[in-house]
Amino acid sequence: MNWIRICRAAELPDGGGRAALLPGQRSIAVFRYRETEYYALSNVDPFSGAPVLAHGILGDAGGEPFVASPIYKQRFSLRTGVCLDEEEVVVATFGVRIRDDLLYVGESALSPLDAVP
Amino acid sequence: MRLLIIGNGMVAHRLVEAVLAEPGLTDWQILVLAEENRPTYDRVALSSYVDSWDPAALTLPGSDYAGQHRVELRLGDPVAHIDRERRVVTTAAGAEHGYEQLVFATGSRPFVPPVPGHDLPGCFVYRTIDDLDAIREAALARRPGRSSALVVGGGLLGLEAAKALRDMGLSPHVVELADRLMPVQIDEGGAGLLRELITALEVTVHTGTGTEAIERDGERLLARLGNGTELDVDLVVWAAGIRPRDELATECGLERGERGGVRTDDACRTGDPRVWAIGECAAVDGKVYGLVAPGYAMAEVVAANLAGQPASLPEPDTATKLKLLGVDVASFGDAHAASEGALEVVFADRVAGTYKKLVVSDDARTLLGGILVGEAGEYGTLRALLGAELPAEPAALLAPAAGGSALAGPDALPGTAQICTCNAVSKAAITGAITEQGADSVAAIKSCTKAGTSCGSCVPMLGKLLTGCGVVQSKALCEHFDASRSELFEIVAATGIGTFSELISRYGTGSGCAVCKPAVASILASLGNGHILGGEQATLQDTNDRFLANMQRNGTYSVVPRIPGGEITPEKLIVLGEIARDFGLYTKITGGQRIDMFGATVEDLPLIWHRLVESGFESGHAYGKALRTVKSCVGQTWCRYGVQDSVALAIELELRYRGLRSPHKLKAGVSGCARECAEARSKDFGIIATENGWNLYVGGNGGANPRHAELLVSDVDRAELIRIIDRYLMFYIRTADRLQRTAAWIEETEGGVEHLREVIVRDSLGICADLEEAMAGHIEHYRCEWREVLEDPEKLGRFVSFVNAPGTPEPGISFRTEREQRVPVALGIPVVAR
Ligand code: SRM
Ligand SMILES: Cc1cc2nc3c(=O)[nH]c(=O)nc-3n(C[C@H](O)[C@H](O)[C@H](O)COP(=O)(O)OP(=O)(O)OC[C@H]3O[C@@H](n4cnc5c(N)ncnc54)[C@H](O)[C@@H]3O)c2cc1C
Ligand code: SF4
Ligand code: FES
Repeated sequence: MNWIRICRAAELPDGGGRAALLPGQRSIAVFRYRETEYYALSNVDPFSGAPVLAHGILGDAGGEPFVASPIYKQRFSLRTGVCLDEEEVVVATFGVRIRDDLLYVGESALSPLDAVP
Repeated sequence: MRLLIIGNGMVAHRLVEAVLAEPGLTDWQILVLAEENRPTYDRVALSSYVDSWDPAALTLPGSDYAGQHRVELRLGDPVAHIDRERRVVTTAAGAEHGYEQLVFATGSRPFVPPVPGHDLPGCFVYRTIDDLDAIREAALARRPGRSSALVVGGGLLGLEAAKALRDMGLSPHVVELADRLMPVQIDEGGAGLLRELITALEVTVHTGTGTEAIERDGERLLARLGNGTELDVDLVVWAAGIRPRDELATECGLERGERGGVRTDDACRTGDPRVWAIGECAAVDGKVYGLVAPGYAMAEVVAANLAGQPASLPEPDTATKLKLLGVDVASFGDAHAASEGALEVVFADRVAGTYKKLVVSDDARTLLGGILVGEAGEYGTLRALLGAELPAEPAALLAPAAGGSALAGPDALPGTAQICTCNAVSKAAITGAITEQGADSVAAIKSCTKAGTSCGSCVPMLGKLLTGCGVVQSKALCEHFDASRSELFEIVAATGIGTFSELISRYGTGSGCAVCKPAVASILASLGNGHILGGEQATLQDTNDRFLANMQRNGTYSVVPRIPGGEITPEKLIVLGEIARDFGLYTKITGGQRIDMFGATVEDLPLIWHRLVESGFESGHAYGKALRTVKSCVGQTWCRYGVQDSVALAIELELRYRGLRSPHKLKAGVSGCARECAEARSKDFGIIATENGWNLYVGGNGGANPRHAELLVSDVDRAELIRIIDRYLMFYIRTADRLQRTAAWIEETEGGVEHLREVIVRDSLGICADLEEAMAGHIEHYRCEWREVLEDPEKLGRFVSFVNAPGTPEPGISFRTEREQRVPVALGIPVVAR
C-alpha cells in the first residue's frame, strides 16, 4: 500500500470533512469523527455523480458513524462505505493512518468488504 | 341501463360515487346533465373562493370522472323539458336523452324579494362560483376609496357573504328583517353577542328592518331600508333565503311539497317510480333541507334502493356551524328548546365574550340541542352526544370549572355517535380505521373513511380520536433527541447552552445526524450565537449554509446577493453584470425579484463576494433557512392605483429581518393596493395597503402545497404593523417544528389564526414584550455573514476544493454553452455496487 500524505490532522474540523486529491485526479473525502477517528471515502456521491461527500453532515445511526450526502441526503457508513438507506449502493473506502500528527491515505481503494473497521 | 341525473351539485356527485361503489349496480351507465359550466365544486366552501379566486381549489376530487367509462358528464346545457311518458329529457340546446331511472338533483335558487330595483346592475346573488366572479368584478371596477356593499339577509349565508365582501376590501352592511342575526339557529342571548362579534369585524348590522327599494344613484346604488335609513352602496348581495328548484318537476306533473320542492316519500322516490329527487330540491315527506349532510344521506338512500335494498332517509342532522373566521358560532339539534318539556341551561360570560346554551330533556339526562357563540370548541363533542345520555351535569359541560370542562373529549362518546355528519361516519368507523386499517394520521383517516373531507368541522375530533386510540404522533426530533424542536428551543434559551456538543451530551444521545445538527444550528443562530461558521457550528450546517451558497447539481455553487424589495440602481446592476461576466457565471432573474449567478467554484466564492461586498451588496441568504425576500410591487410612487408606498415598506421589512434564522425559509410581500401585484398573500407574511393603513396576512405558501395567507389584522399603521410582525416571526421561530413553514405551523396549531391573534395581537400569554425584545436583539446584532467571512482568514481558509491541493479545480466539474451562457455538463453517475 502506498500512503499519500494529505494534511495535518488538525486541519480537519472535528465532526467534519474535507476533500482531497489523490494522484490520478481522484477526489476523496477525509473525515474526522469524535475527535480521534479518521475515515476516507470516495468524494463522489453515487446518487448524483457530484464530488461532494466531503461537505456532508456527519452523524450516527444507532452507533454506526455516517456521512449524509449533501445532495439528496442518503447516508453512507464511514467504516464500510455502505449506503444505510439503500444497502446495494456502496462507495469506495480508503485506509487512513496518522503519523506525527499528519494524516495519510492508502492510495488504492479498499474493497468495501475488507474495509478496516 | 341508464341512470340520468339532472344537476351536478355536491349531492349529485355523491350519488354518482355511491352508484359506482355499489356492487349491485355495475351494469348501470350514468349520464349527468349539468347547467353550470364546471365539474362539481364544494359549494359549502364557496366563501373560501375569495382566498384564491382559483376554481380548481374548490373542485371536488374525482368530479371530472376521468377514466370512468361508466359516467358521462355534459356541462353547460341544462335540462329544459321532461317527457315522462317517453322517458326522454330535452336540454336547452335541444339534445334528447332517454333514461331508465331519473334523479332530480337540481338544488335550489337564491330567493330575491321582489322589491323595486332588485335586479339593477350591481345587484347579485351568492350561490355559484360565477356569482362570486361577478361580485368581484363589480367590486374591483369601483371608484378609488373603500367601497361598500349591502347584504340582504342576516342568516348563515348572509353573514358568510358579508365576511367574503369584507375580505375583498369592501365595507359591508347586513340587513336582517328579524330582530336578531341568524334567527333560525340562534336565540336572543346568543344573537346579542354574535352581533357584537360581527360588528367587531367591521360589518355594520341593521336588524328588525327590511329593504324596501334599491335605486340607482349615479355610479352607485341607494338602498332604502324600512326604518328610514338610506345606505349608499356600490353593490347589493341578496342572501335572503333559497327556494328549491322544482319548476321542471312541476311542469312534468310531479307533485310539489307544501313549502316547495319535489315531493318524495322517505325513500326519495316521487310519485313516478322511475323518478327520484335528492338534495336541496327534494321535499322528502314534504320536508326540504338546506344543508349538504341530509342531501348526502338522500344520495346513499337512492343508491341503495336502486340496488334493490330498501332504505329510507334517517332523521337528518341539521347542525350548523358558521364558517366565519374569527367568529365561533354553532347551533345543533333542538336549539330553541321546542321539544316537550325541554330545559335550557345557559352559561353566558360577557367578559370573555362567550354564550353557551344546552337544551336537555326534562330529566336533564339527554342532550337535545345547543347553541355556542364566541367559543365553539365543544361543538364536535356536543354534537356527537345529541340524543345520548350526558356524561355529566349539563352545567359542568359548559362551565370552564377548575380543571376544564367535564367534556373529556371523544372518549365520552358511544361508538355509534356520528363524528363526521357531512359524510355520516361514526366514531366506531373511525376508531376501526385507526386500530384495524392502521390509519395513523388525520390524513390517513380522511382517505380511509372520508371523514373530515367536507366542511372540516370534525377534523379536530379526528385528532383527538387518534390520541384516544393511543396513536402518538411522535414529536421527537430524531433518534438523538426525544424533545421536539420547540422544546429544544426553550431548553437552549433557558440554559444558555451555546454548542451542539453540550446540548447533545446533556439532553440527547449519540453523536447527532443530518436532522438534529442543522435544526440545532438553526436554533443557536436564531438565539444569536455568533457566526454560523464559527467554531463547531460550521460542521452542523446543512450543505448550503456550509459555504454560504446554494450547492448545484454538479457540485458548483450559486451566488444570490440581497436586493431588498427588488429595487436596484443601474450602477449595482452593472456591477452584477461585470462580476458574472468576469467569473463566467450563468445569470438569471429569480422568482424572488433578484438575480442569481450560478456555477461558481468553492475557490471563487470569496473572490466574487469580495467584489460584491465592496460594491455595497450583502448576503441574500438564499442558502439559509432564513428571511429570503420581501417582494414588492411598484406602489403609490408610480402606480396610478397604489394607495401606499409598498416599495419603501418592503425594503424596510427586508432590512429589518435580514439574516433572521428560522425553522424554514421566510418570504414576504407588500402590495400597494388590493390588486395585489406582489402576490403578498402567497407569502409567510403579506401586507396589502389600504386607504387607512395596512392589512397583514399570515401563513401563505407557494411551493408544493400552496395556501393563501389569512388576514391577521387590518388597517393598522406602520408602527403597529411592524410590532405585530416582530411578534409573529419570533413566536413562529420559538414554537414551529423543524422545516415547518408558517402555513403548516398555523394549520397545525389548534385554533389556527384565531389562536395566533389571541397570542400576538391580544397578548393572551403575556409574551409579546419578550418576543419584541428578542427581535430587537436580532436587529441590533445583525451582520452580513459574507462580510464576516471575508474578514476572517480562518473561515476563508475553508473555501478550497482540496485540502492538499488548494487552487486546483475539481476535475469532475465541466461546462458547456447554451444560449450564450455556461451550463453544467450532466454528470455521469458511477455504478458502485456490492
Ligand atoms: C432561484 C429560484 C428559482 C428561479 O430561478 O427563480 C429558486 C431556486 C431554488 N428553490 Fe425555490 N427558488 C426560487 C423561488 C421560489 C419561489 C417563488 C418566490 O419566492 O416568490 C417559490 C414558491 C414560494 C414559496 O416558497 O412559498 C419557491 C419554492 C421552493 C420550495 C418549496 C417550498 C415549500 O414550502 O413548498 C423549495 C424546497 C424547500 O425549500 O424545501 C425550494 C427550493 C429551492 C432550491 C433552494 C432547491 C435546492 O435546495 O437546491 C433552489 C436553489 C436555488 C439556487 O441554487 O440558487 N423553492 N422557490 C428562486 C429564488 C428566489 C430568490 O431570489 O431567492
Ligand atoms: C355560501 C354557501 C355556504 C354554505 N354553507 C353550508 C354549510 O356550512 N353547511 C351545509 O351543510 N350546507 C351549506 N350550504 C348549502 C350547501 O351548499 C347545499 O346544501 C348543497 O350544495 C346542496 O347540494 P345539491 O347538489 O342539492 O344542490 P346544488 O349544489 O345547488 O346543485 C344543483 C346543481 O344543479 C344544477 N341544475 C339546476 N337545474 C338544472 C337543470 N334543469 N339542468 C341541469 N342542471 C341543473 C344547478 O346549476 C346546480 O349546479 C352552503 C351554501 C352556500 C351557497
Ligand atoms: S398592487 Fe401595486 S402595482 Fe399593482 S395596482 Fe396596486 S399599486 Fe399598482
Ligand atoms: S362534519 Fe363536515 S367534514 Fe366531517
